[in-house]
Amino acid sequence: MSILVNKDTKVIVQGFTGKEGSFHAEQCLAYGTKIVGGVTPNKGGTEHLGQPVFNTVKDAVATTGATVSMIFVPPVFVADAVMEAADAGIELAVIITEGAPVRDMQAAKAYAMKHGMKTIGPNCPGIITAEECKIGIMPGMIFKKGNVGLISKSGTLTYEGANQVCREGFGISTAVGIGGDPIIGLSYKQLLPMFEADPETHAIVMIGEIGGDLEIQAAAYIKEHITKPVVAFIAGQTAPKGKRMGHAGAIVSGGAGTAAEKMAALEAAGVKVVVSPAEIGKAIAEVLAKK
Amino acid sequence: MNIHEYQAKQIFAKYGVPTPKGLMAESVDQAVKNAEILGGPIWVVKAQIHAGGRGLGGGVKLARSIEEVEKLSREILGMTLVTHQTGPEGKLVQKLYIEDGADIKDELYLGVVLDRAREMPVIMASTEGGMAIEDVAHDSPEKIIKVAVDPAIGFQGFHGRELVFGLGITDPSEQKKFIDFASKLYKLYMENDAEMIEINPLVKTGSGEFLALDGKMGFDDSALGRHPDIEAMRDISEEDADEREAGKYGLSYVSLDGEIGCMVNGAGLAMGTMDTINYMGGTPANFLDVGGKANAETVAKGFEIILKNPKVKAIFVNIFGGIVRCDRIANGILEATKLVDVHVPVIVRLDGTNAPEAAEILRNANIANVIAATDLADGAAKAVAAAKQAK
Repeated sequence: MSILVNKDTKVIVQGFTGKEGSFHAEQCLAYGTKIVGGVTPNKGGTEHLGQPVFNTVKDAVATTGATVSMIFVPPVFVADAVMEAADAGIELAVIITEGAPVRDMQAAKAYAMKHGMKTIGPNCPGIITAEECKIGIMPGMIFKKGNVGLISKSGTLTYEGANQVCREGFGISTAVGIGGDPIIGLSYKQLLPMFEADPETHAIVMIGEIGGDLEIQAAAYIKEHITKPVVAFIAGQTAPKGKRMGHAGAIVSGGAGTAAEKMAALEAAGVKVVVSPAEIGKAIAEVLAKK
Repeated sequence: MNIHEYQAKQIFAKYGVPTPKGLMAESVDQAVKNAEILGGPIWVVKAQIHAGGRGLGGGVKLARSIEEVEKLSREILGMTLVTHQTGPEGKLVQKLYIEDGADIKDELYLGVVLDRAREMPVIMASTEGGMAIEDVAHDSPEKIIKVAVDPAIGFQGFHGRELVFGLGITDPSEQKKFIDFASKLYKLYMENDAEMIEINPLVKTGSGEFLALDGKMGFDDSALGRHPDIEAMRDISEEDADEREAGKYGLSYVSLDGEIGCMVNGAGLAMGTMDTINYMGGTPANFLDVGGKANAETVAKGFEIILKNPKVKAIFVNIFGGIVRCDRIANGILEATKLVDVHVPVIVRLDGTNAPEAAEILRNANIANVIAATDLADGAAKAVAAAKQAK
């Protein structure tokens, strides 16, 4: 078991033949992901990386039966691509592209939800079920199979966290990079219950950062509904107010969205909060030893 | 990206949002000419900088004669204005806005921002105009009316009614004018990919007209590509020179006031590195995300920008190589140390893809001030120790 994706998941790539799309699709194929085709307008009928190319997502879904799409199109085309995927009956769109305008994502996410399509990202490393299915740009080799679920706004902190968990002798069930934009798809509150329901996952690592209140919402949810141990780190305790820290959404505005308030809320919800990402592995070892 | 008040008011005017008449000036002579064109009898001389709190800082003053306009312009132009948003170093005033004085009866607040929790724009209004909205939100949150607008339906009549009844506007003709004002503001927010608009104060005049006395706008950087007219309003003198220089090389940089320079890949890990340095008793000098394409050139540029800060006593390079291989980054660091004179200890932690090869490269190069670290905690501890030793 795992969440959202596994070795049988059929994946298409939107922006398949572009530089980034090609490079990462090839890496995913090498990892074992069932990439069954891709979409690039006007290249339908050709082959790329040994897989068929289609002009539209509808064609790709009809022929391959894919349920997940990995999106690599340029920023201004992201909304169009997401809505096309939703319209074609895709169940989950994983949006890797960085720099999609917020107004576009607002409309695209609203449309996706109306069609029952889940989204991950944008501006994220993607999702990986260890040793089964990698849909994204993360280095596959650091994710050893195991019983820790991971949710993170940051790409490199996903790798840092997963690496520490594995070095402590544990492993990852599924890791989801949710992205740090102001509007994102699946977040902690939607992913936590999936990990709670997954028998393979015994503990959860949650990595957040300054800006917005998704971590606060997560804390409220954990308090009421999550029985598995959760370890959390919130990046940006030392970030100045009013400054954007790399991610479009990582900003403390009007005094709201600080690391301190998020850490306090999570602690009050019974989460083991660490003050440095260097402590994630040890904290997981502790909470799993207690069980 | 942020713009000046006078530029925001140009956009307001284009959409029919009422503002007092005004003209921008970059010299005292120009300010006087502008005042003559406007005709008076009362003018407001306003410093144009990208920060709020200008009035309290002495950057907004009333003039009752042309002579007074000249005197005040001379005072304000070229002054370093310190407000609660500029930081203690303040900002140099290089532009003025000369505006008609308004007959103020009431001061209100009106703004539009993205409500991240609801994932749609929210119009915020308050009867407490002229005060910092953060303070109103903190002290009397019930005095802020929030109306979220779903872009799928746009600004509807009920949104307007919630605003005017919430503000206690009872006169039907005033209600109509305010609703029209708010709907135009929403429209220009959406059409220009704004990130935030703030009018504080929005005034009601003695004759019952609503006027945007101030105007602040920020835009979604990711959408500027489709708004060349807005991009043209960029004032680079208002931006941090180092942040701007870093941006040209795909680096994301924010300066802080500590002693340990940080060079990291990924925004989250970059913040996490600062937090770890702080946790171990040191102080971070900056946030620097070199992005996913760290190479010799970007690493060299990163060193150069970090070392401009004389407070820096050590540099911590913390890279978790994913798709980017660590051995390449190690070579990049070696090359960069040849391009830039790195005179402080550099602690290097390279983890992930090909990390053992990278460690080997650094060991063989045997550069005196390059210290290898095994993981994040080890690297941060070594950086803190090196900075303390340098004192």
